[in-house]
Amino acid sequence: MEAHSSEVFVIGLTVFFLACIIGYYVVWSVTPALHSPLMGVTNAISSVIIVGAILAAGPQGFDTSKIFGLIGVVLASVNIFGGFLVTYRMLSMFKKKTKKTKEKE
Amino acid sequence: MVAILYLISALLFIFALRGLSHPESSRMGNIFGVIGMIIAVFTTLMFKSVLSYYEIGAAILIGGAIGSFIALRIEMTALPQLVAAFHSLVGLAAVFVAAAAFYDPVAFSIGKVGSIKTASLVEMSIGTFIGAITFSGSVLAFGKLQGTISGKPIVFKFQHLINAVIFLLIIFLIILFVINQSPTIFWTIVIVSILLGFLVVIPIGGADMPVVVSMLNSYSGWAACGIGFTLSNNLLIITGALVGASGAILSYIMSKGMNRSIINVVLGGFGGEQDTSASKDNSDKIVKQGNAEDAAYIMKNADSVIIVPGYGMAVAQAQHALREMGDILKKEGIEVRYAIHPVAGRMPGHMNVLLAEANVPYEEVLELDEINHDFPMTEVSFVIGANDVTNPAAKTDESSPIFGMPILDVEKSQSVLFVKRSMATGYSGVDNELFYRDNTTMLFGDAKKMCEDIVKSLSA
Repeated sequence: MEAHSSEVFVIGLTVFFLACIIGYYVVWSVTPALHSPLMGVTNAISSVIIVGAILAAGPQGFDTSKIFGLIGVVLASVNIFGGFLVTYRMLSMFKKKTKKTKEKE
Repeated sequence: MVAILYLISALLFIFALRGLSHPESSRMGNIFGVIGMIIAVFTTLMFKSVLSYYEIGAAILIGGAIGSFIALRIEMTALPQLVAAFHSLVGLAAVFVAAAAFYDPVAFSIGKVGSIKTASLVEMSIGTFIGAITFSGSVLAFGKLQGTISGKPIVFKFQHLINAVIFLLIIFLIILFVINQSPTIFWTIVIVSILLGFLVVIPIGGADMPVVVSMLNSYSGWAACGIGFTLSNNLLIITGALVGASGAILSYIMSKGMNRSIINVVLGGFGGEQDTSASKDNSDKIVKQGNAEDAAYIMKNADSVIIVPGYGMAVAQAQHALREMGDILKKEGIEVRYAIHPVAGRMPGHMNVLLAEANVPYEEVLELDEINHDFPMTEVSFVIGANDVTNPAAKTDESSPIFGMPILDVEKSQSVLFVKRSMATGYSGVDNELFYRDNTTMLFGDAKKMCEDIVKSLSA
């Protein structure tokens, strides 16, 4: 059991470091003009924590853990919808601009 | 199957960030993010242990409605506050998920109540700790950005020592928690971490907010990572690491934009120390004042104008009037461009979004290193709501608190127009010698009103 759980941890750690490296290169490639939308998107995707909240809220019946889970689902949903929508609003402004001006010119 | 769906979701999140490398691909990136999230949520709903669809559905609807309402209503100038508020929710959600895992470890297959696996306990408490700090730190950042709390840094004696002691206390509590798994200690960790979050952000001043917002962005990612380790969920670990890395890089870029180390910002107190260096007396120097007509005249007779916007433009909501001014100048055949300093505004990329909102094509909006060498060939620099980012003292005055900070070389253009509300110093508290130069004209007044008046004079 102990060996197994430490193995799981090492796999997690491997994934973690590789993801950090991918994140490092991907984020440096983001154009500075889009740093605000970047925060919007990262904000939305970090709410993938909703996965944990759903697992906690999953079982039938009501107990402490389920209530915590449901609160977690609400909080994460605010972020997911809010984060993606506000990013969408920002990005559509960036896009519209070029089109509009090109039409004008 | 579950693992593969989660992997697809994680890959879509990576593509979502990758899309942001260019405005054209960015919208598709956002859609990738949405699809990734939908896959993640539905995959989790398919778990055998997940049965209460109605409650979960209702919770998603409630949260979704609140989030959508806020996101659709928010003014673009208030983005930094919004982002700070959202970060606090991620932090809080992380705390609740950790608490849920602690109270019902069976649901997460990490052991039984009272005998949760040691590794899970450690990961859980670290997730809780980071989540709670993110929560309270973001709430305070929100208050400072919104103006409900003074943006001035609050500094007191032994601040760093107190923070260090609290940090050690938390480590001690985590060890204790891992040993006896007591709910009391779990909640003590939450409360003490919340306190630490407040204390960490309290000494940080308004102008340092871009760094703080990025830093909290990073924390919210690490919190998700901590929960990911607790649940042995690779999707959470990958996403958390992406967000954590993103926030960390943004913090690095922002603090480099101010020539300060992240540690220096975190330790805080920027606004509180300058009294000594800012005391140079400039009261006998002469300032050349102008009005909207003068500005219109100067710009009309130029070939090229570079507009340098700052936080003052956001506060005055002047971006639309400014764009109108730019349009008229362009019609006159004058080259109009915008120069953005990395730390202009209250969050990374803040100015770019506001200019985009006002329909300024992004090709005209340039970053510091793209445009800085063009100032000597430029006739007019129009500085609106910016101050410290143009201050030549950053290059010449070693005693200045902003010494070494990269600045936009507006001083090298033939003439400088400064739109300002008053002669007050910038957020760093440093006087700007540019105000007293012969080729500088100060335009005192509200940024929006000034732009509107210039537009009137230009079209007259």
